[in-house]
Amino acid sequence: MSKKTQRVKVSPKNTPKEPVNQRGAVQSQTPFGQKFKSWRQHHRISATNSLLRLLGMPLQTIMTSLVVAIALALPTTLFIAINNVQSLGDNWDASPKISVYLHTRAREAAIEGFQKELVNRADVKSVEYISPKEALVSFQAMAGFGNALDLLEQNPLPPTLVVTPATQAATPAGLAALGESMAKNALVESVDMDMDWVRRLREIMVLGKKIVTILASLLGLGVLLALGNSIRLAIESRRDEIIIVKLVGGTNGFVRRPFLYTGAWYGFFGGALAVLLVELGHQSLAESVASLAAAYQSSFALAGLSLFDNLSLLAASTFLGLFSAWLAVGKHLNEIEPT
Amino acid sequence: MIEFHDVCKRYATGQEALNKVSFSVEEREIVFLTGHSGAGKSTLMKLIMLMEKPTSGEVMIAGRNLGRLGSSHVPYHRRQVGAVFQNHQLLFDRSVFENVALPLQICGIHHRDVARRVRAALDKVGLLSKENALPISLSGGEQQRVGIARAVVNKPPVLLADEPTGNLDPELSAEIMELFRQFSEVGVTVMIASHDIELIKRMNRRVLTLEGGQLTHDGAMW
Repeated sequence: MSKKTQRVKVSPKNTPKEPVNQRGAVQSQTPFGQKFKSWRQHHRISATNSLLRLLGMPLQTIMTSLVVAIALALPTTLFIAINNVQSLGDNWDASPKISVYLHTRAREAAIEGFQKELVNRADVKSVEYISPKEALVSFQAMAGFGNALDLLEQNPLPPTLVVTPATQAATPAGLAALGESMAKNALVESVDMDMDWVRRLREIMVLGKKIVTILASLLGLGVLLALGNSIRLAIESRRDEIIIVKLVGGTNGFVRRPFLYTGAWYGFFGGALAVLLVELGHQSLAESVASLAAAYQSSFALAGLSLFDNLSLLAASTFLGLFSAWLAVGKHLNEIEPT
Repeated sequence: MIEFHDVCKRYATGQEALNKVSFSVEEREIVFLTGHSGAGKSTLMKLIMLMEKPTSGEVMIAGRNLGRLGSSHVPYHRRQVGAVFQNHQLLFDRSVFENVALPLQICGIHHRDVARRVRAALDKVGLLSKENALPISLSGGEQQRVGIARAVVNKPPVLLADEPTGNLDPELSAEIMELFRQFSEVGVTVMIASHDIELIKRMNRRVLTLEGGQLTHDGAMW
């Protein structure tokens, strides 16, 4: 038989013959627009059917979504906690105090002059003088220090000026400039910016964020495995269907699509539950935090997730579900071939 | 339409299913494939369906060498070959309508046309009244006819049928054969694997006989 034989569309109703280009695999007998429409149609059907399938087995769907939700809610909560602590630290940044330690042999009159000079500066709000005696008294009041200080022959504590900078000077650069100029005075032994704890807090926060990122990655990996397993089970339970679809000419994309949607739906439900869990946690803590803050005369309020954060969490979760389904489907679908 | 050139198929187990099989089937032809079980009938059909690849030799369908088709082209090839399976291969959780609609949905036919063509195919096999039934509630013969409707709904140029009348009484068998004859008249190439000697005699068509993987007879039977 000639290779140029015309292939013919056949219908039980005697459709007229229609020559079709013979080169390569025949992929399409319908126009592209129609193809695209039906491709969209199959997407819609796949999405709806996967959703209905999941709703048809509510217990398994809830369990799987809850696994996703907990794995996402945990790092999200930690992240919120870190952000709140950080904003607390940032708030305290605004009123730092600078301790200026003077030479122990500095005369009272000179100290008084220096104090006046400081108070007159534009970048200084107030200056408090703590004499060595006062310092000793407050030290002795602290438990455990009393006896130790009794052993010393003379008071080792220096006279100290505690400088509160003016609000406009309370920037890192302004504080540094103020500290530097005070250090130039002959009376001054050393200047302690008292900012170290803020810096340390920041470092701890950076570390905390790194730990949360690692934790989130590990939990994300857990979600990938858990959802991958659910998708594998779904594939396994529809093995016969996959074989039949492949036998009648279903492409891998056609076979893959419903499972990808299943993964995306799991991710979406998991994300929605995570948003709910985080919000519940936030609500249950917000009141206590507010009353605690009020006790410190602070207007600090526990910040939760913004609408954008929530939507991002939902999108990330859906994408994670889609991705894990993609991995699982790629691994398991090729193993199912008609024989 | 179907060409085999020196086709050999040896399975990994060492079993030689086909040995130097060559034949050619023209468009619109109906051929019967006979032979004892294990003679290689199923293997031959699997090669046409690209469920297996030949160890050597060439299989050509509609002028295309199947050995040169990449795996991404396999689905598109299968859409050109309607197949009726001995074990029906129906989806038991879907209605008769949905089973028959499957090849059309896979090809991306719009759902309005799907309904029209599915009903036409079901009407052909006399199951229009059962379109909403689940296959499990149908008799073996009816399931077989659902399989036939699904195989032809997409108007493939080649139709393969593996024991299509295995579960049917003589009267129904004759009806099915009449259907196949009608398909061939509108241009479909039909290959039927069958044990039913009486039926083959009645049809009086070309017969390919396989014995131990070799083609021992090619032509009219009597």
